[in-house]
Amino acid sequence: MSKQIKVALIGNPNTGKTSIFNSLTGLNQKIANYPGVTVEKKEGVCRLSRGTKAHIFDLPGTYSLNASSMDENLVVELLLNKNHKDFPDLAIIVSDVENLKRNLILFTQVKDLEIPTVLAINMSDRMKYKGIELNIEKLEKELDTKIILTTNRSKEWVGDIKNLIENYKELSSKIFLDTSIIEPEYFNNLKKIFPNQKLYKLWVVICQDVNFSNVSRQEIENTDFEIKSKSQLKRLQQKETIKRYQLINNILNEGQIIDSSKAQGFRAKIDKILTHKIFGYLIFLMVLMAIFQSIYEWASVPMDLIDSSFASLADWVKINFPSGAMTNLLADGIITGVGGIVIFIPQIAFLFMFISILEESGYMSRVVFLTDKTMQKFGLSGKSVVPLISGVACAIPAIMATRNIESWKERLITILVTPFMTCAARLPVYLIIIALVIPDEKIFGLNYQAIALMSLYIIGFVTALLSSLVLTKILKIKKRSIFVMEMPNYKFPRIKDVFYTVFEKSKSFVVEAGKIILAISVILWVLATNGIGDKFENPRNYITENVQEISQEEIQTLEASIKLESSFIGYIGKGIEPLFKPLGYDWKIGIGIITSFAAREVFVGTLAVIYNIDNYDDSVGKKEEIKKIMARETDSNGNKIFTLASGISLLLFYAFAMQCMSTLAIVKKETNSWKWPILQFIIMTALAYFISLISFQILS
Amino acid sequence: MPKLSDLKKGEKGKIVDVSSQEIPMKLLEMGCLPGNSVRLIQQAPFQGPIYLEVNGSYVAIRKETAKLIEIELSK
Ligand SMILES: Nc1nc2c(ncn2[C@@H]2O[C@H](COP(=O)(O)OP(=O)(O)O)[C@@H](O)[C@H]2O)c(=O)[nH]1
Ligand SMILES: [Mg+2]
Repeated sequence: MSKQIKVALIGNPNTGKTSIFNSLTGLNQKIANYPGVTVEKKEGVCRLSRGTKAHIFDLPGTYSLNASSMDENLVVELLLNKNHKDFPDLAIIVSDVENLKRNLILFTQVKDLEIPTVLAINMSDRMKYKGIELNIEKLEKELDTKIILTTNRSKEWVGDIKNLIENYKELSSKIFLDTSIIEPEYFNNLKKIFPNQKLYKLWVVICQDVNFSNVSRQEIENTDFEIKSKSQLKRLQQKETIKRYQLINNILNEGQIIDSSKAQGFRAKIDKILTHKIFGYLIFLMVLMAIFQSIYEWASVPMDLIDSSFASLADWVKINFPSGAMTNLLADGIITGVGGIVIFIPQIAFLFMFISILEESGYMSRVVFLTDKTMQKFGLSGKSVVPLISGVACAIPAIMATRNIESWKERLITILVTPFMTCAARLPVYLIIIALVIPDEKIFGLNYQAIALMSLYIIGFVTALLSSLVLTKILKIKKRSIFVMEMPNYKFPRIKDVFYTVFEKSKSFVVEAGKIILAISVILWVLATNGIGDKFENPRNYITENVQEISQEEIQTLEASIKLESSFIGYIGKGIEPLFKPLGYDWKIGIGIITSFAAREVFVGTLAVIYNIDNYDDSVGKKEEIKKIMARETDSNGNKIFTLASGISLLLFYAFAMQCMSTLAIVKKETNSWKWPILQFIIMTALAYFISLISFQILS
Repeated sequence: MPKLSDLKKGEKGKIVDVSSQEIPMKLLEMGCLPGNSVRLIQQAPFQGPIYLEVNGSYVAIRKETAKLIEIELSK
């Protein structure tokens, strides 16, 4: 196999790294485990000539190599660790032509790590409008690099960049600024103690709050080297920044002409309205309402289509496959279970689409600006708004999106409360239970079922805010009020880029959920169709009714249910039933709740497997909707299982309980400790149990 | 000495001192450095964050941080 070149895309936030990544890789993207605004490294393949491949890495935005938040850390960690498997052969620094001065700070820092660099000056389509002229030749010479003018409006530049990647060995990797001139005495000393290390790299390591694998801070601190206090270090960092700005200013004075009479107006005009102290909030409210409205209105068309296709697929399987338990597993367990997920793709896609448009257009930052003060009252940051809103889709990317919150306390609280937001995985459960127990009638023109669903969303949001309030009071973490946020230019998001995001996120949602559902369906089915003991082997002997008096069909149904109760799953279910009885659930729902701890959306599939085994029915071409079977379910006294009381209790349980392993795993990863996910799990689940208990006891 | 937090909407100033420990490095990297001019674009209600233009960057910070930055008012 030929050599694979590794390329890192690095740059300030919002300079167009992801757009360039998309142009270079198209749909050849290795989808990250979890979807999200680029908070993780994303990898894609770009084909060069003669079969060479370049692996392109899209990284989170960063302003400098002094990482001050988690997402920036990732970049610094990669660039400092030569042994990292993705350590780049070259870095493409993506910069925004409208703010070259600031963008070049990062460029010069990466250069000082002696990594070969290409400078991509992006948004070049805006140069004319902004009155910017560049002397590329001059800049290339002064910055000692190759420059490519890029834009997402055309693809002409792609060939040039591919060329440079292919010939990356010819790129310069000379440093830009001699680090020691920042403070000769200190740095010369440092050089003496670590003669084999690159000086700038040492300096970056010293300034970080984290350890890096090959030069650890301890190692530095263990020598007799004079250790600087935090404030001294900061003074040096400041000196470094000033020095870099000076050099960059000198270069730009010669290489860049800006006609300042050109447009500034657009941004100012829009900001005037969107950050207005009254209209700003009104508009935000309208945007939110429009999003929810369209998710439920627009998404219903493709959803109905998907629903009926899966139903016919299941029927088709039942007709064309030999009838028997295996076919039932396939048709009722797996196809229905997967269908239960696929049906939510339209809503999820819409949700991700809106979030990505809000992000890309620059509007989200204005919302952060407007809400910061209010959120602070609850112990959160304005930046928590983004995770809370994306939590409506899925808590996993939402929790990852907390990485740009600088204050640890605000970030932790955001992580802890985000799972209360009503995520898409709760929808399948909510919708089916609401359809069962809430009447489809109207009051003052509003549908009861719609009101119920809306209330669940509100409950989630209010609980998130109230728990933040409690957490701020009880968490003994010193709070530093740090908050720095760039207000980006307004941009019209490109349809193609939005499409990539939506496609990628929906795909990973289905794949991840599909795997779990498949596994759980099979396990459940095996447990439900196997058992030991005479009751399981000869259920007919245990029928209490007079066998002579009832029809053959009824006998079969009774047999099936006795068999299920004495199967392995039946024993497990009966074992846990006392725990769930006070909440109004029978043992089958109990099993559904237990399996939901893997992922909430498994609930419907679980019930489908259990009920279909129970409802022994091999009449072909007559697949019953799971909803109808659920509505028919009764306990041993003939009382309905799904009543208003048990239904509401179940809805509330799903609203509060922490039933998502993947979320817990991500909380563990993001907080770097087991303490927080464990506490989160216990508290949320206990709260769910308690509230469901009370609501059932009151309502029944 | 006036502070950055004293600027009113639309007013301009020149940064004089940013040596306080509590000022985040990121702000300095965005160009909030002595000598650069700064303009207040918007102030969020109830003493919320302020929205500034400094050194060609647009950035929002909290009042607490703005109180630490010394400026010189310009007309
Ligand atoms: N006018 C213009 N807009 C661009 C260009 N490249 C990216 N954008 C827009 O800039 C915003 C941020 O782009 P993105 O690729 O997400 O930046 P990232 O944060 O660096 O990954 C999006 O709204 C893009 O549509 C460009 O060349 N010209
Ligand atoms: Mg990106």
